[in-house]
Amino acid sequence: MKPEDMRFTKEHEWVAVNDDASEAAVGITDYAAGELGDIVYIELPKEGAHVRCMQPMGTIEAVKTVADLYSPLSGVVSAVNKNLENSPEIVNKSPFGDGWFVRIRIADAGELDRLMNYTAYRAMIGKE
Amino acid sequence: MAKTIFDRSKAGRRGYRFSPVPSGRPEGIPGEYLRTRPALLPEVGEAEVVRHYTALSVLNHHVDKDFYPLGSCTMKYNPKMNEDIAANPAFSGIHPEQDDEDVQGALEVMHTLEHKLSIICGMDAFSLQGVAGAHGEMLGMMLARRYFDERGEARSKVLVPDTAHGTNPASVHLAGFTAHTIKSGADGGVDLDVLRDALDGDTAVLMLTVPNTLGLFERRIIDIIDCAHRHGALCYMDGANLNALLGRARPGDMGFDIIHINLHKTFSTPHGGGGPGAGPVGVKRALAHLLPFPRVELDAGTYRLVDGVSTGVRSIHSFYGNFAICLRALAYLERVGGEGLARISAAANLNANYLAKAVSDLFPIPYGTRCMHEFVASGQDLKQACGVRTLDVAKRLLDFGIHAPTIYFPLVVPEALMVEPTETESKETLDRFVAVMKQIVAEAKENPGLLAGAPYSCPVRRLDEVSANRQPVVAAPLQ
Repeated sequence: MKPEDMRFTKEHEWVAVNDDASEAAVGITDYAAGELGDIVYIELPKEGAHVRCMQPMGTIEAVKTVADLYSPLSGVVSAVNKNLENSPEIVNKSPFGDGWFVRIRIADAGELDRLMNYTAYRAMIGKE
Repeated sequence: MAKTIFDRSKAGRRGYRFSPVPSGRPEGIPGEYLRTRPALLPEVGEAEVVRHYTALSVLNHHVDKDFYPLGSCTMKYNPKMNEDIAANPAFSGIHPEQDDEDVQGALEVMHTLEHKLSIICGMDAFSLQGVAGAHGEMLGMMLARRYFDERGEARSKVLVPDTAHGTNPASVHLAGFTAHTIKSGADGGVDLDVLRDALDGDTAVLMLTVPNTLGLFERRIIDIIDCAHRHGALCYMDGANLNALLGRARPGDMGFDIIHINLHKTFSTPHGGGGPGAGPVGVKRALAHLLPFPRVELDAGTYRLVDGVSTGVRSIHSFYGNFAICLRALAYLERVGGEGLARISAAANLNANYLAKAVSDLFPIPYGTRCMHEFVASGQDLKQACGVRTLDVAKRLLDFGIHAPTIYFPLVVPEALMVEPTETESKETLDRFVAVMKQIVAEAKENPGLLAGAPYSCPVRRLDEVSANRQPVVAAPLQ
């Protein structure tokens, strides 16, 4: 999915929702990856874990800092990107593609309405 | 790289000749512990040993060498008198297993230090057992845990602002609580509305760093603490920045129930490179019985190191902490005296404010130039103007013989440069820092590539921090 078709949180996560709004892929934006710099370790929730909207679900460790990873939605983790375990640099190389973090089975589709569209997100980070 | 002492080794070379050791097995040592081949020791003369250590002592940066404005760490100069006193054989030659009567002086040192720290902080009792700031934090959190256990309350949350010290959430976790970050307000302090929303009957502790890592005092501290107390929560102060308050304001008077302080920051004992440090913990009367044993007590004119089993927290370290560090701190306290304490905080705050004002022309200070003992400037404008990051500025500073400030912390300031000049630096040193920063900004504009390659004059050049984090090699074979 292209960034233009994704939705975004204030915490710089992107959300790519499937057609029937039952499941969403989650990652962090190119802006967030650039600000963090070289990512060296990512701690993700386990498959089957229950996550809650805007609650921490993992951590992203970069050379200069450690940041919480917030879940943009409530639901159950249906898939985890296992490639990030040994190659976290994928996130720096391809934040919107191969660098996805988790897929979440959406519990409350209403939460999607609170997310920003691409234009609003770009405006927030001052890139528009 | 410089030669190691093993590179300098020459077979048979000796500094001193000892009389021959009698042959045969030494008495009382089991065979399995005896060497089968000689120890791997460098064979060098005395001059080579002295030159080796002298060379090593200048490879690293330290406060005895030059300015060290590492924010939050209080890298001030430590008077050598503290070292002379700690090296006195009357102190350095004793052992904690000796009879109390034999070590009255050492016990009096600890008892006196506890008492003085209680007065300085406005607390009722102190334990000197913690041997690092984070160790003190852990003890503080464990005390809170036991306090609620005793009352039969199962509270799980500890609130920590985003401008607190980075170790705070880890200590919270170790004591079995869950850390909840609360976002600071626009002025950099605790936002009372955010705090009120976060507080509930499940909140065990509000954990504040005062002044916070932005170098700002919580102006509404009385309201903040009152708010937490009304929910039955305890208030914990991370006292690592106490040099800003010394002799002027006391955490106990503000309402804090538990505090840890860092003797190795505020009270001028050496630190850096992993210690040894000391993180004494002070509490109000309601928590005093929970402190760990041993405790030093004065019993009819005789000091006693009293052992026992606390109903609160069990011992967190062997014996009673890092005695020699406590001794240095007391030596420092006795020398500066009560009025001296207020002069320390005055100089710490004045130096930081002077430097903040001077640096703000080069690096904006988002939360204002009126600070306490430290301030946080932003390299965001410079990064956007010429692509030079705060990391590059920090590395370039090393070429001028100045230690870099703390960078990229706290997270609320983008491209953060956290500067703490400390009270021991002269105006000339501060002016030199400003002049160097001016030059670095000029270099960034004219030749950004120069900064990307810095440092050039250090024993090692730019380190590969990414590989160091992704594929760390933490053990190196001796040979």
